[in-house]
Amino acid sequence: MTRTRSEPLRDKPAANTPVFELIDVEKTFQVPKPGRRFSRETVGLKALDGVRLRINDGASLALVGESGSGKSTLLRVLLGLDAPTDGRANYRGRPISDVRSKGTEFARDVALVYQDARGSLDPRMTVGALIAEPLRHFGIVSREEEPARVAQLLDRVGLPVDSAQRYPSGLSGGQVRRVAIARALASEPSVLVADEAVSGLDVSTQAQLLTLLRGLQQDMGLTLVFITHDLGVASYLCEKIAIMYLGRIVETGATNDVLAAPAHPYSAALRAAAPRFFEPLPEPLPGEIPSPLDLPKGCRFSTRCPSVKGDCRTRDPYLAQHGVGRSVACLHPLSDGEGLPLVSDADMSSPAAADIQNQTDTPLSRD
Amino acid sequence: MTHPDISEPSGHSGAQAIKTTAGRSIFVRRPFFTAALLVALGYVLASVFAPWITPYSPVAQSIDAMMKPPSVAHPLGTDSYGKDILSRVIFGARYALAIGFFSVLIGATGGLVVGLAAGLSGGWVEWVLMRLIDSILALPSLILAVAFIAILGQGVDKVIIAVGLSLIGPFARTVRADVMQVRVQLFVEAAHLMSIPRLKVIWRHILPNVIFPLAVQVTIRISEAILVSSSLSFLGIGVTPPTPDWGLMIAEGRAFVSFAPWMSAMPGFALALLLIALSIVGDGVREEFDPKLRRGA
Amino acid sequence: MTGTPTLTPAPQPLLIVDDLSVHRGAAKILDRVKLTVEKGETLALVGESGAGKSTIATALMGLLSGAKVEGHAELEGTGDLLSLPSKQLVKLRGQRISMIFQDAGAALNPAYTVGRQLISALRRNLGLSRRDARARAVDLFSSVGINDAEARLSAFPHQLSGGMQQRVMVAIALACNPDLLLADEPTSALDVTIQAQIVRLILSQTRARGASCIFVLHDLALASQSCDRIVVLYAGQVVECGPARDVLERHRHPYTRQLKSCVLEIGRQDLEAPEGTVPSHDSMPPGCRFATRCPRALPRCAAEMPPLTPASDDRDGASDHAFACWNPE
Repeated sequence: MTRTRSEPLRDKPAANTPVFELIDVEKTFQVPKPGRRFSRETVGLKALDGVRLRINDGASLALVGESGSGKSTLLRVLLGLDAPTDGRANYRGRPISDVRSKGTEFARDVALVYQDARGSLDPRMTVGALIAEPLRHFGIVSREEEPARVAQLLDRVGLPVDSAQRYPSGLSGGQVRRVAIARALASEPSVLVADEAVSGLDVSTQAQLLTLLRGLQQDMGLTLVFITHDLGVASYLCEKIAIMYLGRIVETGATNDVLAAPAHPYSAALRAAAPRFFEPLPEPLPGEIPSPLDLPKGCRFSTRCPSVKGDCRTRDPYLAQHGVGRSVACLHPLSDGEGLPLVSDADMSSPAAADIQNQTDTPLSRD
Repeated sequence: MTHPDISEPSGHSGAQAIKTTAGRSIFVRRPFFTAALLVALGYVLASVFAPWITPYSPVAQSIDAMMKPPSVAHPLGTDSYGKDILSRVIFGARYALAIGFFSVLIGATGGLVVGLAAGLSGGWVEWVLMRLIDSILALPSLILAVAFIAILGQGVDKVIIAVGLSLIGPFARTVRADVMQVRVQLFVEAAHLMSIPRLKVIWRHILPNVIFPLAVQVTIRISEAILVSSSLSFLGIGVTPPTPDWGLMIAEGRAFVSFAPWMSAMPGFALALLLIALSIVGDGVREEFDPKLRRGA
Repeated sequence: MTGTPTLTPAPQPLLIVDDLSVHRGAAKILDRVKLTVEKGETLALVGESGAGKSTIATALMGLLSGAKVEGHAELEGTGDLLSLPSKQLVKLRGQRISMIFQDAGAALNPAYTVGRQLISALRRNLGLSRRDARARAVDLFSSVGINDAEARLSAFPHQLSGGMQQRVMVAIALACNPDLLLADEPTSALDVTIQAQIVRLILSQTRARGASCIFVLHDLALASQSCDRIVVLYAGQVVECGPARDVLERHRHPYTRQLKSCVLEIGRQDLEAPEGTVPSHDSMPPGCRFATRCPRALPRCAAEMPPLTPASDDRDGASDHAFACWNPE
C-alpha cells in the first residue's frame, strides 16, 4: 500500500522537484515576556525568519550555525514536528504537514539520527528490538527475515552481530550512535537527517563515524541533511552548505566555494575560528549572538560584523544571488580576495567540486 | 553547538567485544538484602504451610492453658482464651500477606489506570484527576481506610478493598510522575516521528518504562498495606475476632500487658520483623534495578 | 605578589611532575606520568577520553577523591603538592594554583551573585577589605572583557550566557595572580566564535601575569595554535611530549600520527578511520598500551612497556622532545 502511494510522490519530474523546499518559512514561538515574572503576557520569539532552502534528491547539505541560530527549529520544521507559522515548507512538492499526517510514507522516507542518540533509544529494548521496530512498523521484511535483516544492518554500521542482544546502556557513545544510524537506515529512507551526529565524540570515533556516513551516502544515494557546528565535518561530508545566524540563512552554496571564499562576514568569521595547525589564533568576533527577542535594527549581524558599514544598521539584507549557485544575505559581501585559502588547493579541483555546479539552486528566483 | 559529553571510549568493529557488567551475584553483594529476603520467604512458606506446621488450631480455646508464658508446649505462650500464640502468629502471617498482596494489587492497578490517564490526557481531564488524587493524598491512608471500612463494613475481604482503595492515590501520583517523565523522552518523540500510532507508542514505549518503577513501588508498599490493615484490626474495625490477625492479637493483649506481655509482644514482633524485612527487600530491588540509579553502568 | 625571577639564564621549572600514578580500585588511571611546566609557558595535555588528561589536572589540585595517588609534583617554592597537608593545599588553591572547568555553569554556585563569589575569593585569599575587593573585582571583570562590569557583579550565574560564565570563571581563577592555571577543556562547551574569544582571553591574561598554564584539550589543532609544548597521553601514559612543532610535525609515536590524522581541517577529504578502541582500564596489555591498534607494532611491543626516550634527532639538542615507542617513526 505504501508503494502505490509513493509512486506519484517519487516519480514526479525529479529534475526540478526538490526533496525539501522551504519558501520564506517563519516560525514564531510565544514565550513569557522577559522580566515579567507573574504576568501571563507573551511575546513572539522569531526562531526562523524568512528561510529559503532547497534540497535536491541525492544532495548533501550541511546546516551550520551556533546555538540560537535556529538550526534546531529548522530541523523540526523539515521533519514536520513543528509547523511553520508563515511561509511554505514542502516535501517533494507537497506541504510537509500534509504528507506527515497522511500515511507513513514520509516517516519512512525521512529518517533522523538524533544528537542524543542514547536518549532516542528506548532503554528497555535490546538493540535488535530497536532496529526491528521500524522494520516491522513499515512492513519492510517478513517476520522470518527480520533477524537476518537486523544482522545485515548491524554489520553495515560496523557493529558485531551479537550486539543485537545487548541493551543501549551497555554500549559506548560511539556504538550507540551506530545503533541509531542502523535504526534510521532500517526503514530504507531516501533522506537521512543527522543532528550533530558526531559531536562530543573522540576524534578517532568521530573519524570512524564520518567515514561510515560518507560511505552510506555514496552507496545508497541518500539525500543527507547534516546539522553541525564543525566546518571541517561539513566540508568532509557535504557538497552544499547553509550557514545560519539568528534565524536566517546568511549564506548558501557549494561547501568548497563558500569555505574557500566566504562572502558573508559571519561565514568568514566561522571559517577563521575553526582551529588550524600552527596558524596564529584568529581575531575573534566581538560580543555574543543577540537575543532573538531584541533583534538589532538593519542587518542582524551588524552588531558583531568586523566590516560593518553605515547602511548595515538601517537596511536588512535578504538572501540574494552571489555568483554561480551561491547566495548571501549581506549588503557588502566580501570579495574573493578576502577569503582564506583552503588547506590544500588540490581539493578544489576534484571532480566532486565540479559536479556541484549542476545541482546547486538558488532559491532566489521565487518570490 | 556543544560537546555534551566527551565520555567513554567508543567502539568499533567485530573484533571488539562489548563488555558486560557481569559482576558478583546480588546475594553476595547485599548480605542484608539476602537475609531480609530469607526472612520474607520464611513468612511466605510459614503462611502457605500453616495447617501442617502449627502445633494447635489457631482458634482452639483451652481453659487449661490460659495466659501461659512461653513454654515447651506453647513456645510463644497462650492468650487469655488459652489459644496457642505460635499457631495464631503463623496463621496471622497468612492474613497479613494476603491482605498486603491483594490490597496492593488493587492499589497498583487503580493507580496505574488513574496515573496513566492523568499523565497522558492533559487539559482539564488531567486537572480533575490530579485534584482528586491530591485530595485523597491529603489524608493519611489509615484515615482513608477507616472511612472505606465505615462504608463497606468489616471482614477480611472488606479490609483488602479498603486498604487497596486507600493506596490508589499514592500509586497514581508516582505513576503520573513517571509518565510525565517518560513521555518527553527522545525515544518517544522518535517513535512519534516514525508515525507509530499513539496507542502503540503508549503500549510499547511508555508503559514498559512506567511498569517497572511501579513494580518496585509494589514491593515497598506491601509493608505499608500490612501496617494499615493491622492498625485497622488493632482499632477493632478491621477483621473480626477470632481471626488470627496480628493487629487484633496485639489489641487483645493490650489489657494484659503488665502480667502477660507475650500476648502483645509476640505478634508485634512478628509484624515488625516482616515489615523490616519487606522494606529492606524493597530497597534492595529498587537500588538494583531502578534505571535512574543504575544509569551509566 | 610573587617575586618571579625573570631573566635568569636557566630558570628552574615551575612544576615538575614525576611518576604520577593514580589508582582507582584495580584500575590504573594514570601510570607514571612525568612532565615539567616552565615558568610562563603554556602546556597542552591532549588525548582522547580515558587518556587521563583531566585526572592529571584534578590530581594536581588535590581534588581527586576515592583514588590512590602516588608520585611527586614539585611546585617551585612550595614542595610536593601531592604530600601537602590539606589545610596548606586549600590555601595554595587560588593563591598559587587555580583551575577553570569545562562547565562554568556548574562550577559557579547558583545561589550567589557572581560578584559575591569573586569578592569572597579575593577577600579570603588576599585579605582585602570589602571596598578594595569590590574595586578589584570590577577591574578584573573589565580585564576579562565583561562590559558594564559594575552591573554584572550583581548578576546570578544563570543570567549569564555560557561565554560570560566562563569569563567569570577566568576572573575568579586569576583573582589572586596564581603562578599556575589549570584549564580543563575550558571551551569545548562553547560556540565556535565564543571559543576563540575565551582561548585568547586565557592566553593573554596568563601571559600578562607571567603565569604558566596547563590546557587540557582534545583538539590537536587548537593545541598547536595556543600552546608552547604538548604532552600526548594514551590510556593513562605519556606517549610523546615536547615542543608543539616537534610533537606535531616530527612526531615519532604512531599514536600521535593517528591523533593528528583524525583532525578534520576544513577542505580535507582523505579521512582514514583508525581501527579499534582504547583498551579498558581493567584489561590493559602488559606491553605498550597502543600495541593492539598500532600499525607499526612489533612482537616486542605486546610484551614490554616502552620507556620514554629522548628524541635525539632534534637539530639543536636543547629540545626535550621524547616518546615512548619501540618502533618509532
